[in-house]
Amino acid sequence: MMSVQTTLDVLKKPGLGQVLHDTRFVFWREMLLPLRDPFSLVFSLLQPLVFLGLFGPLLGAAVGAPAFGGQSTLQWFLPGVVVMIALFGTSMTGSNLQYELMTGSYERILATPLSRSSLMIGRALKEWAPLVVQGLLIALVCIPFGFVFYPLHVLFGLVILGIFGIGLGALSYALALVSQSKEWIFWGVQQTLLFPLMILSGIMLPIEAGPDWMKTASLFNPLTYLVNAERELFAGSVGTDTLLGLLAASVTTAVGLVIGIRTINRNLN
Amino acid sequence: MIHTDKLTKTFVVKKETVEAVKGVDIDVAPGELVAFLGPNGAGKSTTLRMLTTLLRPTSGTATVAGVDVAADPAGVRARIGYIGQGNGGGHSFRVIDELVMQGRFYGMNSTDAAARAQELLKSLDLADLAKRTVIKLSGGQRRRMDVALGLMHSPRLLFLDEPSTGMDPQNRANLWEHIMRMRAEHGTTIVLTTHYMDEADSMSERVIVIDHGQIIADDTAARLKSNLAGDLLAVEVAADSASGVRGLLGRAAAGGEVNENSYDGVVRFRLRLTEGARLAPALLQQMNDAGAPAQSLELKPPTLDDVFLELTGRNLREGAAR
Repeated sequence: MMSVQTTLDVLKKPGLGQVLHDTRFVFWREMLLPLRDPFSLVFSLLQPLVFLGLFGPLLGAAVGAPAFGGQSTLQWFLPGVVVMIALFGTSMTGSNLQYELMTGSYERILATPLSRSSLMIGRALKEWAPLVVQGLLIALVCIPFGFVFYPLHVLFGLVILGIFGIGLGALSYALALVSQSKEWIFWGVQQTLLFPLMILSGIMLPIEAGPDWMKTASLFNPLTYLVNAERELFAGSVGTDTLLGLLAASVTTAVGLVIGIRTINRNLN
Repeated sequence: MIHTDKLTKTFVVKKETVEAVKGVDIDVAPGELVAFLGPNGAGKSTTLRMLTTLLRPTSGTATVAGVDVAADPAGVRARIGYIGQGNGGGHSFRVIDELVMQGRFYGMNSTDAAARAQELLKSLDLADLAKRTVIKLSGGQRRRMDVALGLMHSPRLLFLDEPSTGMDPQNRANLWEHIMRMRAEHGTTIVLTTHYMDEADSMSERVIVIDHGQIIADDTAARLKSNLAGDLLAVEVAADSASGVRGLLGRAAAGGEVNENSYDGVVRFRLRLTEGARLAPALLQQMNDAGAPAQSLELKPPTLDDVFLELTGRNLREGAAR
């Protein structure tokens, strides 16, 4: 029987130092994939630019400037795109795991002394890492179009997304384990959850323009706080929204890791 | 190196409790080469997975390489090597990268890991494939890579789960050559599971026969065979003299069954004879004296399959449990 206490023991036992140490290697192994095949990185850089270039102008024209609180459409929309990339990337953490579950690769790694949380954190961070490059690049590209770039704020925003990504990645990892040998379940759940969460956070369109029930629903969505934090940071200020975003990210990570480790350990039975 | 006490594993499958391993006691000394032999579903792999901390025992204890599997699973994992049934290399990764990272997972520094990877690539005939992605390797090459992954950190104790299943005879021989060489060089303790009786027979010094989650025999292959099975002797005598040796052969079988069938004026007797090679000459002499000289004789040494048949009444290959 797996109680919360034993879960905490499992989290504590390897020690934070050990987890960080192990995470480095798990992360590095995963990073070898894109590094050995840099072409995949080029495409991942192009995608957000396409999105920004095609969706941004439509958004401004369709919704109208007042909805964005006086900011330029770009200043409002760019942080949303960054959150969206983080969301898509880290929620895929489990999909790469699925292949390794089918061969003996996951089992081989499970048999090494690596701590269980490092397996999830390392993999989640690999999905997050390209975002650092993507985020900075699209920010730079947007400067000529009236985007004001605050590098330190944006970097801090990316770190918050990294924290959130670990939590979401761990959940995605757990989902892959649960849907083992039934891959369609993974995709079904991931897609079914992703889009409502995204729309109900105001990533793509301002939630303020929606009906009251949507606004209420968005308050229960951790992504809402994350997007608000990113918007505040990308606008060059640090305040309550940032703090709430950091809190939402931390809670997501704590919940994600506990669920992830419990799922890994349940597979031992 | 390994000590277990009433190690048990039960699974709940569709609300039904399945006892996969029913309280096994195993002791393995350093340097031993032990095979778990049994039909599919007998509980061999489940036992192995408990010893490697990939499964949590339902009850009982196990100490592996001096560490308790329940109290410190990571400590056990750091001290052992494990080569599972599947292929350990990630499909999209390069062979050399996977090997080096495996070494890093076990705490080797990058210089040592790189040197060790090169050494293993060479000795496992994979040197030309170092930069190949795993998915492009053939089945035999992948299996050799699995062995390399399992040996990266030079474990003192190595577990292999069905190491040669699905391999052609040449690759099997090749694999065993590598395992045996490593054992000779480093004195590695090896525990493996197999359902190939010839493999257990020729390769291991000690065979633990597992059936329905229990250990039903544990000894050297040679002793298991001579104690439990004995050689299979077939002698033919002329039909008219057969009655003179029936009693004689019955006594030689020492209570065992004597089969008899006749054709073309000849009677063929078949019986199990412990230490047959030593006893057969005297038996022939006695048959001569009884006036029924043997017209032909066939003596087949027993196989582990015969041992399994003797122990369970089932053939090893057809006897898949459940």
